[in-house]
Amino acid sequence: MKELICIVCPRGCHLKVDENDDYKVTGHRCARGVLYGYQEMTAPTRVVTSTVVLENAGEERCPVRTSQAVPKAKMFEVIDIVRKLKISAPVSLGQVLVPDIAGSGADLIATRSFSGTGN
Amino acid sequence: MYDIAIIGAGIIGASVAYELSRYRLKILWLEKENDVSLGATRANSAIVHAGYDPPAGSRMARLNVEGTRLMPALCEAVDAHYKNTGSLVLAFDERDRSTLRSLKEQGDANGVPGLQVLNREETLAREPALNPDIVGSLYAPSAGIILPWELTLGLAEVAVREGVDLRLRQELQTIRYEADHWKLETQNETYQARRVINAAGQGAEKIHRQATEPAFHLLPTRGEYYLLDKAVDPQVSHVLFQCPGPLGKGILVTPTIHGNTLIGPNAELIEDGEDTSTTYAGLAEVAQKARRSVPNLRFGENIRHFSGVRANREVDDFYIAMHDKGFLDLAAIKSPGLSAAPAIALYARELLEADGLEVQPREGWNGRRKVRRFAERSPEDKAAMVDANPAFGRVICRCQTITEGEILEAIRSPIPPVSIDAIKRRTGAGLGRCQGGFCGPRVLEILSRELGVDPAEILQDKDGSYIVLGDNRPEVRI
Amino acid sequence: MKTQQYDLVVIGGGPAGMAAAVSAYDQGVRSIVILERDKQLGGILNQCIHNGFGLHHFKEELSGPEYAERYIKDVRARDIEVRLESMVLDLNSERIIQLVSPSHGFELIEAKAVILAMGSRERARGGIGTPGTRPAGVLTAGAAQRYVNLEGQRVGENIVILGSGDIGLIMARRLSLEGCKVHACVEIMSEPGGLARNIVQCLQDFDIPLLLSHTVTRIEGKKRIEAVHIAKVDMQMRPIPGTERRVACDTLLLSVGLIPENELSRAAGVELDNRTKGPQVFENLQTSVPGVFACGNVLHIHDLVDHVSDESARAGRAAAAYLSKQTDTAGGDLIALEAGRGLRYTVPQRLHLRPDLEKLDIFFRVTHTAEEQKIIVESGGKQIALFRRVHVAPGEMEKITLPAKVLAEIQPGAKLSLRLEAAL
Ligand SMILES: Cc1cc2nc3c(=O)[nH]c(=O)nc-3n(C[C@H](O)[C@H](O)[C@H](O)COP(=O)(O)OP(=O)(O)OC[C@H]3O[C@@H](n4cnc5c(N)ncnc54)[C@H](O)[C@@H]3O)c2cc1C
Ligand SMILES: Cc1cc2nc3c(=O)[nH]c(=O)nc-3n(C[C@H](O)[C@H](O)[C@H](O)COP(=O)(O)OP(=O)(O)OC[C@H]3O[C@@H](n4cnc5c(N)ncnc54)[C@H](O)[C@@H]3O)c2cc1C
Ligand code: SF4
Repeated sequence: MKELICIVCPRGCHLKVDENDDYKVTGHRCARGVLYGYQEMTAPTRVVTSTVVLENAGEERCPVRTSQAVPKAKMFEVIDIVRKLKISAPVSLGQVLVPDIAGSGADLIATRSFSGTGN
Repeated sequence: MYDIAIIGAGIIGASVAYELSRYRLKILWLEKENDVSLGATRANSAIVHAGYDPPAGSRMARLNVEGTRLMPALCEAVDAHYKNTGSLVLAFDERDRSTLRSLKEQGDANGVPGLQVLNREETLAREPALNPDIVGSLYAPSAGIILPWELTLGLAEVAVREGVDLRLRQELQTIRYEADHWKLETQNETYQARRVINAAGQGAEKIHRQATEPAFHLLPTRGEYYLLDKAVDPQVSHVLFQCPGPLGKGILVTPTIHGNTLIGPNAELIEDGEDTSTTYAGLAEVAQKARRSVPNLRFGENIRHFSGVRANREVDDFYIAMHDKGFLDLAAIKSPGLSAAPAIALYARELLEADGLEVQPREGWNGRRKVRRFAERSPEDKAAMVDANPAFGRVICRCQTITEGEILEAIRSPIPPVSIDAIKRRTGAGLGRCQGGFCGPRVLEILSRELGVDPAEILQDKDGSYIVLGDNRPEVRI
Repeated sequence: MKTQQYDLVVIGGGPAGMAAAVSAYDQGVRSIVILERDKQLGGILNQCIHNGFGLHHFKEELSGPEYAERYIKDVRARDIEVRLESMVLDLNSERIIQLVSPSHGFELIEAKAVILAMGSRERARGGIGTPGTRPAGVLTAGAAQRYVNLEGQRVGENIVILGSGDIGLIMARRLSLEGCKVHACVEIMSEPGGLARNIVQCLQDFDIPLLLSHTVTRIEGKKRIEAVHIAKVDMQMRPIPGTERRVACDTLLLSVGLIPENELSRAAGVELDNRTKGPQVFENLQTSVPGVFACGNVLHIHDLVDHVSDESARAGRAAAAYLSKQTDTAGGDLIALEAGRGLRYTVPQRLHLRPDLEKLDIFFRVTHTAEEQKIIVESGGKQIALFRRVHVAPGEMEKITLPAKVLAEIQPGAKLSLRLEAAL
């Protein structure tokens, strides 16, 4: 039996997952917790958020994230790509900056819009 | 060849530099740190003492009372804040009451104006937050408060503008008399001067010993403080001392120029004269003793702890002496050194004159300075300031309402700031309740932009106190 | 000196101010201005680039800037005036506002109603009283967040975090991803201050030790911080002698809590609550000064922006009602709310019991973590409502809603008290 804290939403349910009973989850307050408990034990994933170097906007950085959770094991691979990236305004919220980043199945998207007026 | 070299840019060095800048003299002024006022002058009680403490008839008494008398006009001249709050020495029992009487006698003998012993009711009427158990107090109407670093900067800026050659980041390491002048060596420069004024605070003893025979010994004595948020009750309006007694000098509670409450200092003998740490034990002692004066002090509203180190010596006196070959010690300037500073400067000039220094007034000397402080202006003035320069409409420090305009003026002032704390001393940005949490990053940005240097080169305070390490994606910048 | 007039002035353009302005507009108020001191709308959300916003409100997990941008669109879609780089310097009880900006200079504004939405500030080192030296490299987690996320600066390499508030936890992950080594997160209480999910994904994911019942007893380093001394604390939160150890670091982040930005609230003469440090408000979020409302972090510290938006929309509606004179706040019985056992505070702190009150939202925080609890609502010694919670924690704000039929049972003149009890 493994104890986990569900991170899907801020309620943070204290889940119990039974590895010996086909990852049966208890302690959840909604169905997403069951899925999380199973995934966390078998193939954990995380949304990665960071920033990339931004030019031509009068600001230094554009915030970015993966469009969906990526395998936890790929987190640093994603970050390595992100850290080498430079983009130029204009950028719009949701714009795909790197499709299928690190082969994770998720895209890297901008999470804020910048009109290209700055220097 | 300089006529005079002043070592140390605390309040004493600054007062002397200001005073001597009136004359046709070539003056060198060395300071080891990257700004003025980084020694004892920046961390103390900031009180202009009335002058009943020093022994009757002593030189320290004379310098204190005279300095305190000169203080308001000097502050006015260099546009530094001064507030005449008056002070109360509190008595808690009969023995204290007799101490009050002897303090009054001593003060009267020292020429302290207007001293008055108050009874319990009169005292409580002046200061309602006091411990109701007090039995009386000594009221000294001439006491006041200042911002020591601000006054030092004011004096120093005038001195520099009037031609004094201030060299920061110059630590005097060796000093030697050669034929007819002093040879002064810092870590990377050599200077020559006919006379030397040693105002090096904790560093004064070392310099003295190279120049002449040992004559005094410094005993660095640290004092710790609480600084409580402004607008928090209970507030006090006078400087409140406790009676000196067998348990020491007591802890004071005082308002500050910015409306905070300052509480301290204890007294702890330490090894390193630059160790301005605070300790659990010291702060606990301060809090416990201060509650005796004002029981309801809210230490939970503390915004900063700090400590300062007094340049005390083996006897309760300054060490001021004119030696052979034009070497003047202004050393062991312990409390009430701030209060006495204006008088010490005049006394130093007299000693130098007696030693043969010729002083001829310079024409056109201007001893005044003006600082534009947005928050202190009327609504009409504020409007005019922003109209003339939009930078005054950009508030950088939200706690003290300091604008970008003021910060830019500070950057262009006679002693250019190189650190965030230097901006704080010049403008007040970062002195408020968030202690620079909000404005720090913004000031850093302005400094880096205006000085044209990378943010990684901007300092918090002394050299080595870098704030950021630079761009976190250096590999993708060209 | 020119004095301008507006029906509604919203001070602060973070999520609270934006939601309040939008809802007031939608209730028919047309003369509205948002005053924001920053160069952009969005408030603290602009630097909160992590995800975890909007789950309740948008049923999506957004990052801070994304959440902000949705509200910015809402504001821009309406005829709501926005003044950026505009700092409110003063507000008095007559609702006269002093304002300064580089573009418009110094101005006076007279408002019929004001919504306070200035957000919060971070508790600094003085507030926790850690002794030692005062070197560079000791900064609040929020200041570090700004340096790293907005300015792209590295704040240090070897990090210790004091306090387990959410901002500190978020920064632990952020800095780890930027290649820093986070040595420990030190918390004086026996339980973490931040959300459980942040303990998992910000500390555990990166093998960062969480030292509960520990504190930093001393800061070392004259110029830049060189080390902290960490010790275990006893039940009274005093360091236990002999447990101290030295941890070398070049940065100490403080994540020791937020405090409502109450400078203007004080200036306006608004009565403050000692526990929340924000204004005391009625059920319609009006403060003790008529026509002055408060919402968001300036009122009490929220951990979820979704709650901020909801609360602020209510403040906007209440201000609109006030402006159209629908609400006579002086009417109805005045009832005080009491935070009883297990509760730190309630918002609102008091209410006017009017017959037309449809429901009452009460926000509160508990004093300690507990499982299987019930929240008992009493009036005049009689239980009038009961709510159950599987899990409560001080770090997570709770909300209950009393429907009209419960409100009808409130005894005039008696306190409305809330307390926590184990549900056996
Ligand atoms: C805790 C405390 C409370 C006090 N309270 C009061 C009060 O309320 N009222 C009052 O009147 N007085 C008070 N005092 C006393 C007052 O602060 C001092 O008398 C005064 O600041 C001393 O000024 P200074 O210029 O002599 O020394 P400092 O301010 O220490 O200046 C000496 C300068 O010399 C520099 N220096 C040292 N060595 C060298 C070198 N080799 N080369 C170049 N530069 C060097 C240092 O960097 C420093 O800047 C207090 C003092 C302390 C410590
Ligand atoms: C670091 C951090 C992480 C968080 N993480 C999450 C999370 O993962 N999920 C979640 O749901 N919530 C999170 N929150 C909580 C949520 O973001 C806040 O509760 C919310 O942003 C508060 O909104 P606000 O509008 O009250 O305050 P703010 O966002 O602080 O906005 C206040 C605005 O008022 C302006 N202002 C202040 N004073 C003046 C003045 N005198 N004149 C003019 N303008 C002024 C300020 O510039 C600012 O723009 C987090 C909060 C922080 C600080
Ligand atoms: S189980 Fe459901 S309610 Fe509980 S934390 Fe997970 S997502 Fe939230």
